Formats: sequence, structure tokens, C-alpha cells
Amino acid sequence: METFAFYLFAILITGLFAVTVMSRNILYAMTSLAAGMVLISGLFFILGADFLGVVQLIVYVGAVMALYAFGMMFFDATGVVRENNGSPFLVFLLGGLSAVILVVIFAAPVIGHNVQALYPPVEGATNPQAVGLVLFTKYLVPFEVAAVMLLVAMIAGIILAGKKMERSLSSTRDEELLETSEKEMK
Amino acid sequence: MIGVTHYLVLSAILFSIGIVGVIRRKNLLMLFFATEIMLNAANIAFAAISSYSHDLSGQMFAFFIVAIAASEVAVGLGLLILLYKKYGTLDLDNYTMLKG
Repeated sequence: METFAFYLFAILITGLFAVTVMSRNILYAMTSLAAGMVLISGLFFILGADFLGVVQLIVYVGAVMALYAFGMMFFDATGVVRENNGSPFLVFLLGGLSAVILVVIFAAPVIGHNVQALYPPVEGATNPQAVGLVLFTKYLVPFEVAAVMLLVAMIAGIILAGKKMERSLSSTRDEELLETSEKEMK
Repeated sequence: MIGVTHYLVLSAILFSIGIVGVIRRKNLLMLFFATEIMLNAANIAFAAISSYSHDLSGQMFAFFIVAIAASEVAVGLGLLILLYKKYGTLDLDNYTMLKG
């Protein structure tokens, strides 16, 4: 059963991500990327990393993909992406070579024998409990630093995307409406 | 039976798909998608090793990769919107102001 699920997820994820990379339509690419992320969370559930699977669903599918979808409203996303590549053969040669090298490296047997677990899961604890125990004791400082980094990223995103927003069509219309209403009041 | 090697090979294949996307694409938004694919491939490898060696450190690193990916998307999309407002396109070949 686990074997079947793994191969199903693996084939589907590979196909969906290949569509993401190959598709000329940006909407197809984004949709297949989101579907691939959902299936990757399935892999995490198979591996027993329940909390990581839920985080993958919430953050990637919920937040990142929604952010891309909202960001694409600024671009003309419906058009076909123009791609003028010199030699597609070279691209696939380089990609295939890197794939072969990576697969050979990862499929090689592990020689080291004194690899031992630093933070084994606590006996009798479910996966989220064990993750919380390790995250808030051993990895507390990186956790806080990641929180500050997310805050900085949020402020940077607001400032970068919000530049020249005051000249947008909707706000000028509101100001005109306000001015006309004030004149009427007088 | 599925071993850790299966997951690592799957992760390597997905990473290579991301590399092909980064090399092939000329649209900046598509480059971002390819980057997300590569980050997810690394996440799969981390979770697999963490699960098969009964160690939670791999899952911790996967969490931090997720956090980094989220902040990267926030800042990167802001920059993309600025670039699009300035030049009206997302094609990489049009950003040639640093060309010597």
C-alpha cells in the first residue's frame, strides 16, 4: 500500500512539475505547481511527518500560491509567454546531465556507519508534539530569527508593492468623490 | 518496500526539473516557480532522511526552508511588481541596463 501510494504520488508530482516548467501559459503553470505542492504534502504524510505536511498545505498551497495569484493580477497573465531560446537541445542536455549526476550521488550507498540521531522523537509522543519539543528547546533561536525575518519580509513586500499606489485609479476616484461631496455640502 | 533511496532519487529528479526551468525560462515569474520546485525537492529529501534515521533535525530544516520560501515570495513579488510598473514586461531579455 505504501509502495503504491509512493509511486502514484511520485509520478503525479513529476508530471505536474514538468507541466509547470514546460507550459507556455502562465496560468497552467501556476495551477499545476499548486497541485504538485498538495501531492508533496501527501508524501510528507506517508513519511510520518504530519506537522510538516500540514505546514506545507497551509503555507505553500494556502499562502504562497494565493500570493502568486494576487501578484499575477498586476501582470498580463493571460497572454502566452514568449520564449525565444537559442538551443533547447543544450538546455535538456544540461538538465539531463545534472539529473543523472544527482541520481547517481543519491543512489550511492552510504558509507558512514557512526551516523546517529541527535534528536530522536520522544517515546509515545505524536509527531506534532515531538516537533514542538525539539523546535522550542533546541531550535528556539533560529525560530525567533525566522519570525523576525518573516516580519521584515512582510514590511518589505508592503513597501515595495505599495509604491505609487496613491495614484491608482480607484483612489483618485475616491478623492474626486470626496471633493465633489464636500462642495455639495458647502 | 520503499527505502530512503527512492525518496532521494525522486528529490533529485524534481530538483533537475527545477534546474531545467531556471535554464529554460525567460519570464521572471516562471523563474520563481522553478525556484519553488527546487525548494520543495530539498524539503522532500530532508523529510525522508529525517523519517528514516529517526531524527527530527531534518524536519526542522524543512520548516525553516518553508519560512525562507515564504519571505522570498513576499519580497520577490514586490520587486517583480516594481519592475513590471517600470518596464511593462517580465521578459528577462529586456532588463539590459547593466549590459556593458
